Amino acid sequence: MATHPAAVSPQPAHEEHLTSTGLDNVKMAMWAFLGSECLFFGSFISTYLLYRNRTNGGPDPAHIYDIPFTSVSSFVLLMSSLTMVLALAAIQRGDERGMRTWLFATAFLGMTFIGGQIYEFTTFYEEGLKLTTSPFGSSFFVLTGFHGAHVSVGILMLLALVGMSLAGRLSQADARKVELVGLYWHFVDIVWIVIFTVIYLVPTE
Amino acid sequence: MASSELHAPREEEVRHEHPTPRKYVWIAIILAIITAAEVAIYYVRALEDFLVPFLIAFALIKFIMVALYFMHLKFDSKLFRRFFVTGIVLAFFVFTVVLLTFFLRPETPGVTG
Repeated sequence: MATHPAAVSPQPAHEEHLTSTGLDNVKMAMWAFLGSECLFFGSFISTYLLYRNRTNGGPDPAHIYDIPFTSVSSFVLLMSSLTMVLALAAIQRGDERGMRTWLFATAFLGMTFIGGQIYEFTTFYEEGLKLTTSPFGSSFFVLTGFHGAHVSVGILMLLALVGMSLAGRLSQADARKVELVGLYWHFVDIVWIVIFTVIYLVPTE
Repeated sequence: MASSELHAPREEEVRHEHPTPRKYVWIAIILAIITAAEVAIYYVRALEDFLVPFLIAFALIKFIMVALYFMHLKFDSKLFRRFFVTGIVLAFFVFTVVLLTFFLRPETPGVTG
């Protein structure tokens, strides 16, 4: 695979904390955190799979999901991963303006996704599916709600990075900060890849 | 002892090459095509019997591509990969056991009904 010369050996960040393994301990902590998040979301997905057929006479998955709408939301979140990685590539080659543009694009796409989720939740509520309607409703809203909360936290971190850059506190030497936020953002994206398939596309009995 | 001696280069320290922005765009296009295919087969009645395996395969491909290329697991230290894979495997194992326990024991208070 071809490589970008500037990305071959990113500038050693001054905040990089190397351990006896030679690895940055902050990055290692982020990966350990993401590993634990797999269990976090795994528990909610399992709960949904257990309860998705228990509707208590309320709306059921087959009739309430709007697949075309959710497909567009999924596409938006997937493309935000591209803008995120382009932001990292930009700061690694010292292009701060480019990084800010891509970070803002990522935050905007994230906000679009959250807007879609708010619209979806509102529609479901109006159609009679609430948090307490049925085990299906509870497990659906808790799972997708927690995912939405993660996306929201990610948006705040992205906007914080843009603010830091505008204040002159985020240079090429701080690329690691962008990388860590990027790891979190991509994780949120891959969790949605699983949610979109397992919750929305896999048919119920 | 000099700090350079304490930090002798080892496998984990080697920084591997990241893809170019052009490659990232190509990966995103592939991901978009897979997503479109996922949604398309959802509506194809002829593929109903194979829908779930297809969907899981597509999701798996997307998951792996994002993790390897966008999260740079393909290029970073193997230790990071181990952290992440351990979490995934543990989650998959634990929750498979939980799901099997509930589904194989019909007397469990109304979970599947």
